[in-house]
Amino acid sequence: MAVLVRIPTPLRTLTKGSAEIQAKGETVDSLIGDLERQYPGLKDRLLDESGELRRFINIYVNQEDIRFLQAKKTALKDGDEVSIVPAIAGG
Amino acid sequence: MENRNGLRCRECGRQFPAAPIHVCEFCFGPLEVDYRYDALKGVVTRASIEAGPPSMWRYKELLPIDGDVAVGHHVGFTPLIRAKNLADELGCREIWVKNDSVCHPTWSFKDRVVAVAVTKAREFGFDTLACASTGNLANSVAAHAAEGQLKSYIFIPADLEQGKVIATLVYNPTLVAVHGTYDEVNRLCSEIADKYRWAFVNVNFRPYYSEGSKSYGYEIVEQLGWKTPAHIVVPCAGGSLITKIWKAIKELKLLGLIDEKSSAKMYAAQALGCGPIVTMIKNDTDVLVPVRPSTIAKSLAIGNPADGYYAYKAAKESGGSGEHATDEEIVEGMLLLARTEGIFTETAGGVTVAAAKKLIERGVIPRDESIVICITGNGLKTPDSLQDRLEAHVKIKPSLSAFDRALADLKSQTS
Repeated sequence: MAVLVRIPTPLRTLTKGSAEIQAKGETVDSLIGDLERQYPGLKDRLLDESGELRRFINIYVNQEDIRFLQAKKTALKDGDEVSIVPAIAGG
Repeated sequence: MENRNGLRCRECGRQFPAAPIHVCEFCFGPLEVDYRYDALKGVVTRASIEAGPPSMWRYKELLPIDGDVAVGHHVGFTPLIRAKNLADELGCREIWVKNDSVCHPTWSFKDRVVAVAVTKAREFGFDTLACASTGNLANSVAAHAAEGQLKSYIFIPADLEQGKVIATLVYNPTLVAVHGTYDEVNRLCSEIADKYRWAFVNVNFRPYYSEGSKSYGYEIVEQLGWKTPAHIVVPCAGGSLITKIWKAIKELKLLGLIDEKSSAKMYAAQALGCGPIVTMIKNDTDVLVPVRPSTIAKSLAIGNPADGYYAYKAAKESGGSGEHATDEEIVEGMLLLARTEGIFTETAGGVTVAAAKKLIERGVIPRDESIVICITGNGLKTPDSLQDRLEAHVKIKPSLSAFDRALADLKSQTS
């Protein structure tokens, strides 16, 4: 499945400055695998040593937090938009 | 500047220069201002603080400001009130209310964080401020932008209380109402912050902004005569305030301003309809499960709190805990504080009073120890929440006989 992935500033050093990239994956998990193939090093920035999503990263599929979906197993379809967003404060 | 080294990742410890950045490039951990406490020790003293202005700026040396304060010169140093009537009602020996519902100029503790963020934005040469807000932050950013003559873009959930919308618009910012929850507004703002070069107080200015909350904690301790209370009950939305009060206490110990054995148990107060931090504490897990908010306490309606993990750690590390309040209990909490102490707080304050009451009644907080309840916002901003509960007791024509009859009726009803 071909999807658009939005890359936050802290990761753009790895994507040669690109804010949006095209990637493929049946699920969020396999998408992260494709991101790693295209931009080596990206996976380590997203996942911790045990392979879990890092505590301060949120991933959204079409604006929905994947923790409200099936987390890393969330299925993707052609044209989906995936955002990688660092946790931010507020109130 | 010689008192600080720049920024440091709270998770992996990597160092970064002092810049408008908020996330560690390596592990995504939040960046924090890195103070040189060894250089501050002995320089910042009780006497030097007490000689300062009656505002949060008496702690300026402990805030990340390089030059002069740009806006909000009168923010903070709000009353710490001995709440004797409330203590009597709850059967407690000693309750204090730290009352930021009268913080100058926009009646919430957010003035503390915004004054720091806007001063910092000026230092970094920004001409435009922005924020995502559940209301109080919106009021404060818009007001301080006006004072500093900066442009501002304020993003809020479209269903925010009318009082908070008006109290933002009056300062003439660009107000953007987003059809979505606060968490959705926040995600959008994260992407906007990446694209536009604005000083987003709660995004790229978060390391500086959040430090302003420490002043709330310093004030509690100073106003108690440089002593910590046994218990502090704090409302939680993003989880930053409880984290920073706890940090303030630790800093005062590091600087030798209070006894090194001093401590206070920290308690998180949240609405049942949006209480992911209290849920972490109750389930004893450091993994935050986000929720979709459903509560009248809209200023606390953050389902995915960025500092949830640290708020949980502050409660655990200090030996405290947390409690949820239902919407009904929130209203009762607002009415209780008003009836006993003459303080009208917003729904968030109702959450805090209700949570404190439950913690006391459950025996978690002992009745014979000192308790501080953190009131952080003003009730006049959210009158809608009480509309169904309050009405004029007596309606009469302007004649003495009409009043006599009404008074007699009232007395017969209450006898």
